[in-house]
Amino acid sequence: MELAKIVADLGWETLVGADLTRDVRDGYCSDLLSDVLAHAQAGDLWITHQRHLNVVAVGKLRDVAGIVFPRGLRPTPDVIARAAQERVNLFLSADPAFVVAGKLYRMLHP
Amino acid sequence: MKLREIAELVEANFITGADQAEREVSRAFAADLLSDVLAMVQEEGVLLITGMTTPQVVRVAEVMNMGAVLFVRGKLPAAATVEYAMGTGIPLLATRRIMFETCGILYKAGLHAAQRKQMPLDHALPDATRS
Amino acid sequence: MPSRTPLVLRRIYPVAPRDLEQAGTVSTEVRRELLALGMSPDVVRRASVICFEGEMNIVLYSQGGRVILLVKEDRVELLFSDDGPGIADIELVSQPGYSTAPDWARELGFGAGLGINNMEQNSDLFEIRSRVGEGTVVRATILLGVPFF
Repeated sequence: MELAKIVADLGWETLVGADLTRDVRDGYCSDLLSDVLAHAQAGDLWITHQRHLNVVAVGKLRDVAGIVFPRGLRPTPDVIARAAQERVNLFLSADPAFVVAGKLYRMLHP
Repeated sequence: MKLREIAELVEANFITGADQAEREVSRAFAADLLSDVLAMVQEEGVLLITGMTTPQVVRVAEVMNMGAVLFVRGKLPAAATVEYAMGTGIPLLATRRIMFETCGILYKAGLHAAQRKQMPLDHALPDATRS
Repeated sequence: MPSRTPLVLRRIYPVAPRDLEQAGTVSTEVRRELLALGMSPDVVRRASVICFEGEMNIVLYSQGGRVILLVKEDRVELLFSDDGPGIADIELVSQPGYSTAPDWARELGFGAGLGINNMEQNSDLFEIRSRVGEGTVVRATILLGVPFF
């Protein structure tokens, strides 16, 4: 499914929209960077509470379709700037992680 | 939702507390970071969905009077942690599914998320929950 | 400012640095003591959360210390004191999201900040004093019979 449609339908705020035409493979929800490095797949939308700079590096390395911060956890400007520079899509949702994952799953696996 | 239904939906096994399969959990909270659990969960009887299997997870669940802990990604806590959990009476479940699927399936089945109330200092936080 | 109301209970729990096997046990003990005294679920929950955060800070970041639980007729006090290294800029570390947590702490699920904000959120009175090279003392007080929120 195209990223732009998901972002619009789920009402996420786009913090960095480097490429919204990407195809989303599936979702991945984790706050452990080692776990994401080992198990997230290219094209996954990654939902995480972690907001430090390493998140952008990990997202870039795994080639995720984007990173979604739940619960309105807005990252600091340096994280947003780095993501823009690395062309990693960043989004913000007001929902808790359980609901962000739930709504995205329902869209991808109707 | 009953723990038995949850276990069936996500194909989870009871590590402890199988005798409490009829227990109802009110709402769910998914996180690996205990700091988030400690800061965001206020209700009792919540289902904690986590990939973290340290002894601290069970202790947090105990002090916050949670309904059950559901470990994802096929990770199991150490024997000492399981034994400790038995003493607390908090059921532990484990599924091979990843956290994303686990949340997705339970959300789709109608389980609600634990919601935090506004706190006295919230207005002072630059990253407070926006709702 | 010391309270003059009579003491109901005093417990002192030593906390060892980097002892991840035991980390969190003080909080579970404090919870049991408060439940045994018949405290309300709200007070028990708030005290447990404060205690967990404070205990984890001693385990993860200090050279060891202690948690002191004082129950008086009108309040529950939790004191966290450690033997260093001390905090140079308390305001900075109290900011939500600020963290100097090493990667191993983050990967264990800790280190999204010191939890100071969360401790303060759950307290009625809250105070931190620190001296670099000596240590840090945190005093969190829950007033009984005062409605929260």
